[in-house]
Amino acid sequence: MNLQSISKGRLFWPLVALFLMVMVNFWFNPDFFSIKVVNNGLYGSVIDILNRAAPVMLIAMGMTLVIATRGIDISVGATVAISGAIAAALIGGSLEIKDGVQTYVSNTPMSLAILAALGVGLLCGLWNGFLVAGVGMQPIIATLILMVAGRGIAQLITGGQIVTIYYEPFFFFGNGFFLGVPFAIYLVAAVAVVLLLLVHRTALGLFVQAVGLNPTASRFSGISARALIFWVYGFCGVTAAVAGVIIASNVKSADGNNAGLMMELDAILAVALGGTSLDGGRFSLIGTLIGALILQTLSYAIYSLGVPPEINLVVKAIVVFVVCLIQSEALRNMLFQRRTRVEGQA
Amino acid sequence: MNFARFLNPRSLPLVITTSLFALLYGFGAVSYDAFLSPQVFVNLLIDNGFLVVVAVGMTFVIISGGIDLSVGSIVALTTMVSATLAQQHHWNFWQILPLVLAIGCLFGLFMGVLIQVFKLQAFIVTLGGMFLARGLCYVISIDSISITEPSFTVLAEYRIPLGEETFVSTSGVVAIALLAVGVYLAHYTRFGRTVYAIGGNERSAMLMGLPVAKTKIMVYVLSGFCSALGGVLVTLYMQSGYGLHALGMELDAIAAAVIGGTLLTGGVGYVVGTLVGVMILGVIQTLIVFDGSLSSWWTRIAIGGLLFVFCLLQRLLDRSGKKIRTKN
Repeated sequence: MNLQSISKGRLFWPLVALFLMVMVNFWFNPDFFSIKVVNNGLYGSVIDILNRAAPVMLIAMGMTLVIATRGIDISVGATVAISGAIAAALIGGSLEIKDGVQTYVSNTPMSLAILAALGVGLLCGLWNGFLVAGVGMQPIIATLILMVAGRGIAQLITGGQIVTIYYEPFFFFGNGFFLGVPFAIYLVAAVAVVLLLLVHRTALGLFVQAVGLNPTASRFSGISARALIFWVYGFCGVTAAVAGVIIASNVKSADGNNAGLMMELDAILAVALGGTSLDGGRFSLIGTLIGALILQTLSYAIYSLGVPPEINLVVKAIVVFVVCLIQSEALRNMLFQRRTRVEGQA
Repeated sequence: MNFARFLNPRSLPLVITTSLFALLYGFGAVSYDAFLSPQVFVNLLIDNGFLVVVAVGMTFVIISGGIDLSVGSIVALTTMVSATLAQQHHWNFWQILPLVLAIGCLFGLFMGVLIQVFKLQAFIVTLGGMFLARGLCYVISIDSISITEPSFTVLAEYRIPLGEETFVSTSGVVAIALLAVGVYLAHYTRFGRTVYAIGGNERSAMLMGLPVAKTKIMVYVLSGFCSALGGVLVTLYMQSGYGLHALGMELDAIAAAVIGGTLLTGGVGYVVGTLVGVMILGVIQTLIVFDGSLSSWWTRIAIGGLLFVFCLLQRLLDRSGKKIRTKN
């Protein structure tokens, strides 16, 4: 394998970007790779980045499939808020002392509450899927409806207030460690493995690509494009709900107004950074995960460099423009033409 | 004027929107005595003047077949730049106005060039613009800056009497003036007709020899200008600059345009419809305030519901239109 074939691989540029971001971090913070064991848990910059990127990684995986079918889902932030609110409202919880023993009591059993949160996420996603595949609306507009109404619904559930959760076992999802690694990372890994198996070991991945590349042709070849798109949006809703539960558990509360704010943009950006074309078709789940990590490492660098965190948005904006321009065929043609012209003169 | 013209798929959404506005207003008038006061009606314009201005720009973008997600952030950036220059550098209003309008136009120009020249998706480019403008706000300051510059407060508190006990603010007048300019641009100029042609079918427009590239870029410049002007009105309304002003205003502007009958696929829409769309959003808000028992988040749910109904309507009209065409 020569250098050229490596650099043409789809994961090459995302990996280079991630490597550069990590090196920037390492340059300014020599302790970047050090990992300490504190209270049965691993602590360190790398673990921190993985842990904090977990919600965006989850949503971005669902978003990857949606974008691969030529769609977009801008309602995931609202879905995060709704599912977080459901989980918080159902669990609530209080600390009670019975016979001198402290016990944590939840309003409804925790497993039921989490199932409800995921179910509502699925419903939100299927609603989007129905509007896109059933009614035939443009994806941006179909999901815009839930994006506008969703935060209202989330606030309706929380009564317009920030609902605090007092049920300690629930905090495990966002703060707990399992075998020394934050639990959220396992969730990401589990979803990623299941999805990768589904996409690469079954025809599902091929179907998704076919629908994105040419919906008409895929329909003629016997793929039920409508059902596929419907369920892909449903899956995206579920990933948003899992992220919502992790976030609610991490901050021990649900805030209908601010939970998951602008998260749809981070997820879309992660997908674009990972090399999936926003025009649909070919997609890369691993690329998306790398994209989400690039974003988080970037934020981490900004914080650890002591640059005011306000710059973060400006940097992200520049990243958006640069990524778009790299993907732009028009720009490539322009540069290529210029080069051939120069060569022609020489 | 015959009946069939009302049922024309192009104007039907506007007819429905206007009836809905009348219905909602009538409901308010029956339920609450004070609702019939002319000031309540004028207040719709005063409290939503900035949204009218921003939504007019958005209407042009959507008619051309694009979308602009950066408008809310440009509004915020305008308030921030105005507040900083007024408070820390003691510029007066008339020195700041041309500068912020130019910033808005430049922002629009930048995004328009990226979209047109490099053939990038409008959605993702304006998303970047949204990040950039909001980020710049925070770079200027993360705190809210109150404006006490006399030239601002005089304008903000200026009231033009309309008969007895009714008055309109500067922002109401500016909104109506900009709306008039928008209607003129859309329906009586070469620019407007080109925008409609591009939205209808870009390829045909190009084959007809229309200046597609120039017009598409100009549409985003216009939207940037409207956002900056809307930002000036927000600055006057709030008398402060803050990076969190106008959060989510792009959604309200898109919703207003859609409810006002602009087709999201481009090519169809009325600038006047957008005014009615904004007014409906305003009436819903006013009704919720008058009711007193409903919380503010019902506004968002109601807007989402309306958006759904109108998008569904657009799809149905689109389908029936295609059926008629195939029959013929």
